[in-house]
Amino acid sequence: MGLYLRPTDLAEALAALAESPMTVLAGGTDFYPARVGRALDDDILDITALASLSGIADAGDHFRIGATTRWSDIIAAELPNWFDGLKLAAREVGGVQIQNAGTIAGNLCNASPAADGVPPLLALDAAVELASRGGKRVLPLASFITGNHRTARAPQELLTAVLVPKPRCKARAGFAKLGARKYLVISIVVAAAVLEVAEGRIAAARIAVGACSPVAQRLRDLEGTLRGRRCAPGLGRTVEAVHLAGLAPIDDIRGTAVYRSDAARTLIARLLDDLAGAAA
Amino acid sequence: MRLALTVNGRVRMAETAPARRLADVLREELGLTGTKIGCNAGDCGACTVLLDGAQICACLVSAAQADGRSVVTVEGLAETGALGALQSAFLRHGAAQCGICTPGMLMAASDLLAREPHPGEKAVLDALSGVLCRCTGYRKIVAAVLDVADADGAPAPAVGTAVGARVPKIDGAAKLTGSERFAADAAPADALFLRAVRSPYARARFTLGSFAALHARYPGLARVLTAADIPGSNRFGIYPTGKDQPALAEGEVRFRGEAVLALVGDAATVEAIADEALPVAWEELPPVTGIAAALAPGAPALHAEKPDNLLVTGRLVRGDVEAAIAGAAAVVQGAYRTTFVEHAYIEPEAGYARRIGDRIEIFACTQTPYMDRDELALILGIRPDQVRILPSAVGGGFGGKLDLSLQPLIAVAAWLLRRPVRCVYTRPESMASTTKRHPASIRARIAADAEGRLLAVDFHADFNTGAYASWGPTVASRVPVHASGPYIVPNVRAIARAIYTNETPAGAFRGFGVPQTAVATETLLDELAEKLGIDALELRLNNALRPGLATATGQVLGASVGLVPCLKALKPRWRSARAEAARLNRGDGVVRHGVGFAAMWYGIGNTSISNPSTMRIGLDREGALTLYSGAVDIGQGANTILMQICADALGAPLAGLRLVAGDTDRTADAGKSSASRQTFISGAAVTRAAADLRRQILALAGLGEPAEIRFGGNPVTVRQGGDLRWVDLAALPASNETGDVLAGSGTFDPPTTPLDEDGQGAPYASYAFAAQLAEVAVDLGLGTVKVRRVTAAHDVGRAINPTQVEGQIHGGVAQGLGMALMEEYVPARTENLHDYLIPTIGDVPEIECLLVEAADPLGPYGAKGIGEPALVPTAPAILNAIYHATGVRLRQLPATPDRVRTALLAAGKGECHG
Ligand SMILES: Cc1cc2nc3c(=O)[nH]c(=O)nc-3n(C[C@H](O)[C@H](O)[C@H](O)COP(=O)(O)OP(=O)(O)OC[C@H]3O[C@@H](n4cnc5c(N)ncnc54)[C@H](O)[C@@H]3O)c2cc1C
Ligand code: FES
Ligand code: FES
Repeated sequence: MGLYLRPTDLAEALAALAESPMTVLAGGTDFYPARVGRALDDDILDITALASLSGIADAGDHFRIGATTRWSDIIAAELPNWFDGLKLAAREVGGVQIQNAGTIAGNLCNASPAADGVPPLLALDAAVELASRGGKRVLPLASFITGNHRTARAPQELLTAVLVPKPRCKARAGFAKLGARKYLVISIVVAAAVLEVAEGRIAAARIAVGACSPVAQRLRDLEGTLRGRRCAPGLGRTVEAVHLAGLAPIDDIRGTAVYRSDAARTLIARLLDDLAGAAA
Repeated sequence: MRLALTVNGRVRMAETAPARRLADVLREELGLTGTKIGCNAGDCGACTVLLDGAQICACLVSAAQADGRSVVTVEGLAETGALGALQSAFLRHGAAQCGICTPGMLMAASDLLAREPHPGEKAVLDALSGVLCRCTGYRKIVAAVLDVADADGAPAPAVGTAVGARVPKIDGAAKLTGSERFAADAAPADALFLRAVRSPYARARFTLGSFAALHARYPGLARVLTAADIPGSNRFGIYPTGKDQPALAEGEVRFRGEAVLALVGDAATVEAIADEALPVAWEELPPVTGIAAALAPGAPALHAEKPDNLLVTGRLVRGDVEAAIAGAAAVVQGAYRTTFVEHAYIEPEAGYARRIGDRIEIFACTQTPYMDRDELALILGIRPDQVRILPSAVGGGFGGKLDLSLQPLIAVAAWLLRRPVRCVYTRPESMASTTKRHPASIRARIAADAEGRLLAVDFHADFNTGAYASWGPTVASRVPVHASGPYIVPNVRAIARAIYTNETPAGAFRGFGVPQTAVATETLLDELAEKLGIDALELRLNNALRPGLATATGQVLGASVGLVPCLKALKPRWRSARAEAARLNRGDGVVRHGVGFAAMWYGIGNTSISNPSTMRIGLDREGALTLYSGAVDIGQGANTILMQICADALGAPLAGLRLVAGDTDRTADAGKSSASRQTFISGAAVTRAAADLRRQILALAGLGEPAEIRFGGNPVTVRQGGDLRWVDLAALPASNETGDVLAGSGTFDPPTTPLDEDGQGAPYASYAFAAQLAEVAVDLGLGTVKVRRVTAAHDVGRAINPTQVEGQIHGGVAQGLGMALMEEYVPARTENLHDYLIPTIGDVPEIECLLVEAADPLGPYGAKGIGEPALVPTAPAILNAIYHATGVRLRQLPATPDRVRTALLAAGKGECHG
């Protein structure tokens, strides 16, 4: 049996992490499934009693989502409509039990290629705040997740918050997930989009796809193509195969690589059509 | 740590490791075993409890996180003793079958109802979406949650009207309060734990080193079992000639997940010892994967006595297939592939064994206590009467708990150590080591004349039986009989082979190869109908078996042939659904609608093999009646059905009847709970036992039938016309074992004949018939298929309990839907319930059941079977519906989104990206 710390004070938690490497435990929804039939012998730092890590706050030019904010907190929170993509994602993470336990930081730190939280946060241009005894740093989410289940987090760091900048124009956001059953399904493809719209035209587009490469990716070419276009029905037709060329999907039990690319294109096209049809 | 939490309103303390799962704390420390563990990974939701009022998986919460908080478990829902409104609704609707998912369902529903007292269906689906159920098909659960407010259920049926009534499950209350004892819910306090060590390789040789160092390092390790420790025969298997599976491998493993060692000791020790730390030297060998590899020239032989890897061939030949095909107006043909399918019962295997003198007692989940008893006697090298099997409540079986799993290991350990030994499989262990549905590779041709009369069926199926025989021979014998479907076909050639590979043993799974067979033949019939320009339902109607006609085995059917009424019952929906699909497809939308249809027949009981059941009914001094039933209720409802039959056959009130079930010391052999046989065979045995008991009472009264016997106390009164007599039970001598003063006994063995070398004979005494209609919507862009509605017409002979019949149909349809669209077991890849997908509450559509009752004169009150028939037509009906929607035929299951989309693109039908 390993150590088990459950501090209420962040400094205490960071001090413990600085002393020796420990496994961080939040909602446990990735932690426990990885230990089925195995002894629970990790040294554990349980961060769920750190009050300063939970909750969503409007911090002026950005929103701050505490690390241990649960998916059900995100669903229940009153947030501007450009968070709709993240909210839709929250509703699709597991079932209600998982949403009541799983945290946003856990989803990012676990860094599954199919994590549903990542594409909407990439589309929101989110950054993560990492804290250690030595201080804080902020990294764009895109550079935080470095590979399949790999992140830029140093062993003595905690992810303390997700920072979401406010869009400059009116924005709308969407999310789409493809799985082989209705609920409780690991995504075959997952996509999210945020469109900032000014005077009927797209001022900025951010589109991200997950489960089609080791790390979810923004589709910068497509975003460039969309910029300046009228935000009107038919927008989905803009999406072409070349826009997805940077993805590197794999063949696995959930689908072939070819299918993934094809389905990603369809999901994004539909997402754009939906957003173009929606009121800003 | 010292943990304090409020459980169901009371503060409870426990000493526990802080990282321990809350589910384990509740079950092991606080004795609250109503919370179930199906996976320990958040996937099944069986462990759902309320934590500070919100539903969570207790397997994902640490003890430390629960400290100081409030937990509500299923035990907290009926603390006053009476069922709460939600529980009553579950009972009334038949929403609990095996009951293993029920605590989780109840807690998820409680969470919803506390926030939203009158939810709509969508809210119910969302709230319950994290709990999997493998038995019910979810529809009755949804109905129960939507109907909580409704008044109490129907009153108990009057004497003589139990059969046909929607009687709530007699063991239902225990399943709703968490008091039911499933296999992992009970064990002696001093039991040691056993953990099997399993092969990571599909094929390998291994040698074992010394365990001395291990024992020195782990004082808590009581014993390491190896093949050398098996006292009797280290070979088991279903058939006397098919005993080829070792309880512990002997120097060679034949599939990934095969047990090579068992560690026995205290729980912490056996968990802490890592497999890598064991003195096992592996030599990995190239495995034989798939049927083609097993049959390839020079393929390594799995078993020396079967050098060509061919376990067995089943064969049926009637008429001249080639000549008939040559002269036919239309011929269709196709090749089909299906995969391993996992039973995915929510309860992993568990149990304990204890030695009492020179006897061994085994409490475990099983579908077949008497076969277990005889096999374990062989393994221990003792007599069968030295073995006592105490079946636990079974948290789903579907055929997967017909084979031995952990019983040999715990039995040998308890026998040698003279200490109780328990074992609980993990979900990955259960999935890797227990049987699966046989993957099939099928080629078939069907021919008809210009009028659509079937002329010939030519059918060849190879079944991947995995590393050991298990039920492979059953599949090979059952499939040829069923290959030509429920139709008159003058010329049939049907071959079914079971082939060994280095894969998970394939065994019994709801239908024994017939669902795979129907995928091929029922989709081909659709093609034939199209080719001939005949309506698909009319084609079946024109060729349907009817009373007095001969099957392909030459058996002339009796009265109970309900296919035509099933087909006629579906006709109105068939028409309206197709019209609706045409209307919905009028635009050029990306979602296309389709309607498909398939029929089936299914022989009840074993194929041409004696499979008797014996039932006993006792009457004690006080006049209390007890049914002693060796038939295991695996959730299908045998306990309730047999009690209903018993009540009416005696003429006694159902409410006063007691039940003793399963215990091999106290009941007679009722055979297996498989092959849809318990209602038909054990039910008929109950009617005979009742007749026997009545005879004895009438003899004591000096009267004969017909007479009215009034049970309910002592004395028993007997009335015939104006003649009223009393039988004083207190004056009769009581049996030492049961305390009963009278006991009626009845045996029924369905009359069958052996099949000759051409497969001719009368393999079954009774057949069930059915047809189902599936309505689907296919997304052309993504290849996803949504089943929107299923209409199922089933000839069950007599619906002893319509609620339970519907429950079986719903559950069968859900499993058929899973097989059609998502289920694919791949060893090492899908050994858990997030990579292996079964339908969730959102995947099973509305299911309308149309019950046809073509009474079988042999069956109890005319009843036949429903367990397996419910699943057989679903997958082909869905495939036919996909074709109707898109014009694309899928011949490989499951029809996952990528396969459907690929097929659409190949057919030039999916060029849209929107
Ligand atoms: C049944 C089921 C269904 C699921 N379905 C989905 C789904 O549909 N989509 C999806 O994306 N995910 C899904 N998940 C995965 C999981 O629920 C999410 O990833 C969740 O957000 C993880 O959060 P957690 O708090 O439970 O993480 P934990 O399990 O507590 O931790 C996850 C990992 O992150 C680390 N970690 C956590 N917090 C921090 C922190 N603040 N700083 C540093 N490291 C940290 C932990 O050490 C661990 O390695 C599912 C899981 C289950 C069991
Ligand atoms: S046991 Fe907790 S979800 Fe399966
Ligand atoms: S009743 Fe739901 S799993 Fe058996």
